[in-house]
Amino acid sequence: MAKFNININGTTKKIDADPDTPVLWVLRDHLDLVGTKYGCGIAQCGACTVHLNGSAIRSCSVAISTVGDQKITTIEGISKSSEKLENIVKEAWLTHDVAQCGYCQSGQIMNATALLKINPNPSDTDIDRAMTGNICRCGTYTRIKTAIKTAAAQLT
Amino acid sequence: MTLVKTKYNRRSFLKVSAASGGGMMLGFSWLASCNPTKEQALSMPESWFDINAFIKIGENGLVTIFSPNPEIGQNIKTSMPMVVAEELDVAWKNVIVEQAALDTHKYERQIAGGSQSIRRGWQGLRMAGATARHMLMEAAANEWKVTVSSLSTNEGIIKHDESNRTMSYGQMAATASTLEVPENIELKDPKDFKIIGQPTKNVDGEKIISGAPLFGLDFKREGMKISMIEHSPAFGMKLKGFNEEVIKSMPGISDVLVVNTAPKEAAWSNVNAFTEVIAIVGNTTWQVMKAKKALIVEWEWDSPAEDSQDHEFKLAQSLQTGVKELARKDGNAEEAFKKAHNVIEKTYSAPFLAHNTMEPMNFFADVSKAKAELIGPIQTPEAMGKSISNLLDIPIENVTVMLTRMGGGFGRRLYGNFGLEAATISYNTGKPIKLIYTREDDMTQGVYRPAYKVKYRAALDEKNELIGFSIHGTGIHGSPVFENRFPAGAVPNYLAEKMSIDSNISTGAWRAPRSNFIAGAEQSFLDEVAEAAGKDPIDFRLELFDRAIKNPIGTDNDYDPQRYAGVLELVRDKSNWGVKTEGVYRGVSAYFCHNTYVAQVLDMVLINGKHKIKKVWCAIDCGIVINPEGAINQAEGGIIDGIGHAMYSNLTFDKGSPIQKNFDTYSMIRHHQAPSEIEVFFVDNGIDPTGLGEPTLPPISGALANAIYQASGQRLYKQPFIQQDIKLG
Repeated sequence: MAKFNININGTTKKIDADPDTPVLWVLRDHLDLVGTKYGCGIAQCGACTVHLNGSAIRSCSVAISTVGDQKITTIEGISKSSEKLENIVKEAWLTHDVAQCGYCQSGQIMNATALLKINPNPSDTDIDRAMTGNICRCGTYTRIKTAIKTAAAQLT
Repeated sequence: MTLVKTKYNRRSFLKVSAASGGGMMLGFSWLASCNPTKEQALSMPESWFDINAFIKIGENGLVTIFSPNPEIGQNIKTSMPMVVAEELDVAWKNVIVEQAALDTHKYERQIAGGSQSIRRGWQGLRMAGATARHMLMEAAANEWKVTVSSLSTNEGIIKHDESNRTMSYGQMAATASTLEVPENIELKDPKDFKIIGQPTKNVDGEKIISGAPLFGLDFKREGMKISMIEHSPAFGMKLKGFNEEVIKSMPGISDVLVVNTAPKEAAWSNVNAFTEVIAIVGNTTWQVMKAKKALIVEWEWDSPAEDSQDHEFKLAQSLQTGVKELARKDGNAEEAFKKAHNVIEKTYSAPFLAHNTMEPMNFFADVSKAKAELIGPIQTPEAMGKSISNLLDIPIENVTVMLTRMGGGFGRRLYGNFGLEAATISYNTGKPIKLIYTREDDMTQGVYRPAYKVKYRAALDEKNELIGFSIHGTGIHGSPVFENRFPAGAVPNYLAEKMSIDSNISTGAWRAPRSNFIAGAEQSFLDEVAEAAGKDPIDFRLELFDRAIKNPIGTDNDYDPQRYAGVLELVRDKSNWGVKTEGVYRGVSAYFCHNTYVAQVLDMVLINGKHKIKKVWCAIDCGIVINPEGAINQAEGGIIDGIGHAMYSNLTFDKGSPIQKNFDTYSMIRHHQAPSEIEVFFVDNGIDPTGLGEPTLPPISGALANAIYQASGQRLYKQPFIQQDIKLG
């Protein structure tokens, strides 16, 4: 076990964990931030997507020891955010009633938010390219795309 | 207005003025398991009055409606309470929805399966609302000394029209909860529905997008340990020994044990190839995962290893020489083939599929010799409770099962072996534990969609009339054939035969069981027969429905040809079928399953020589639509899921082991492969509602194959289609 000070959703948290523990399990087991989901453990499904310094990463495949003083943002952070972008994305998800089972949606939202940050007016191809790593078995892909476009329309 | 007899007796309604729902949720944060909005949470009532098993009303008029059935993403946690609220006559904004726990005394059929929640729940949900409304009116009538019939209600307000007096449900809730349940009750005329038919947002929508702890995997209780299992790597293998001492000494690990969940008497929900597994219990998920990776296990064979080549061979052999069960025979199909002008014969096949719910299997268990407490995602809570009672000799009344929201079901969570494992691990270690499957555990554990092969034959006479039809279907395990479905009933000479192959690979229900394969095969075949007959594929089907309407063959046909034709005509008209657009290739398909009729047209375009699904048009007859928002979402999801599995997904075996163990090798449909647009149309006929979780999935693979044929000239007989090197354009 080793001690880490990690910046999560704007607050520094003290964590005592094995250095190779993936960020995903630090969030879920050590910090009770369970909005970040486990789906595959090998960065193939996107359910565990969080932001590291604003960029989307797969938290199942990043060890806590490599985070250092970089900022982690989770779905809980996005949810409480007062930023315009985050709120527009959340509203769009609700407007289009995107979720079915809902399990993959926090990962989808994290990835969509990261996309819109760097590309506020994405084309269909941009959306496809950015979102292709996030699996939804329920098949909400068309609604996710519509929600991203709705959010983008309000950003530009 | 319909007068119905209530089947309630006094005992099914507990007259309790409970202070709050908190005590019922057993360790859940109550606010996390129900859905008050921020405004509602601020004005929570001081007392709740239980009117019946579905409804409690606060003194301030806030209403809690219990949703009885498991929520797997089919959105019944929104639509079932909508039905109750409709008959109760309350404003939807004043309704809080709470997930009910398993309670066989209060509720019937707490199952998520067969797309039956709404269809089977419809009458009971309406009666729950209507009886409660009647009791509230009766309480007001007593208070005002007037007759119940002189009162009316509107959104939670009772009104005496003559005297213009009003009273809220909240004011009457305490008294109403002490009244006798009426024996006869009036239900609303569907034309007066105010909530049913309104697009309504998912009651958990805000919680889902804010990452609230809704799912089984999110459940946590103080002192709870994490557990994982290791099952044998191949079907046909069993445990011989392992490095138990090494694992026990690893950091954070408290227990390592072998658990056996083989039932004394197997119920249908006990499908499980690996009843003996190694269980590891520890403090954190990562510590347990590391211990699991450090396992060195010796396995031994106890039945022969199978691989995908064997399966191919066995399926082909079974069709030719397997033991046939005669399922249906009308006229003489063989005679029709002999005298036919043209015989078309085609064989279709599909592989095993994993369910791949995005939330892997998991369950919380706190079990002692005296009682068992289970919390988690399960489609069949009653069956799981019974199995645990049976396995661990715990009286059934001491077994509780709480339902969490599920990160998908698709049939996998009908089979609760993971709950039995969790219960046994807790029982043996004396600790509350949450069992978690890794994705690899989940994908290699079994209960797969069976692998199928089906042979169709059609006989056309010299006028290109369909005079004979036969279907022979086999699978590992079980035949995919539904002998009484279309085109049975429309063909004078019809033969259906079933075969099945045994295997040590465990299979079970997978979203729209059997239909998920047979619909696409049948609809591709009919497309080919229509072409051979020189007919438009929609006209050809409509001619057959017309025959089944005017002169049905046999008496066991399980579809209504008029409704079947209705959806096909609707999709034809909406999609402008018959109007050709340059560069757009169209396929059509129609199917009836789970009591619902669906017809689809799929438009494909080619972009740089690659297929892209531009649009899917979908017409549905599921009777009354409770929640159009959720219904359209279900339809879209079924279409995307159906396209994905027909096109890309495949589970194969080598020496008894599934080759695909995670999403790096098992292909699931991705964002860019989904249709650009889906448009859904419902038939408005006022018929009692039927299910929507499954029916849009089966036909779409037929529409897809038929569109690919138009684009490429290539017929597709084998799923997944992607492996067939489709030459487009």
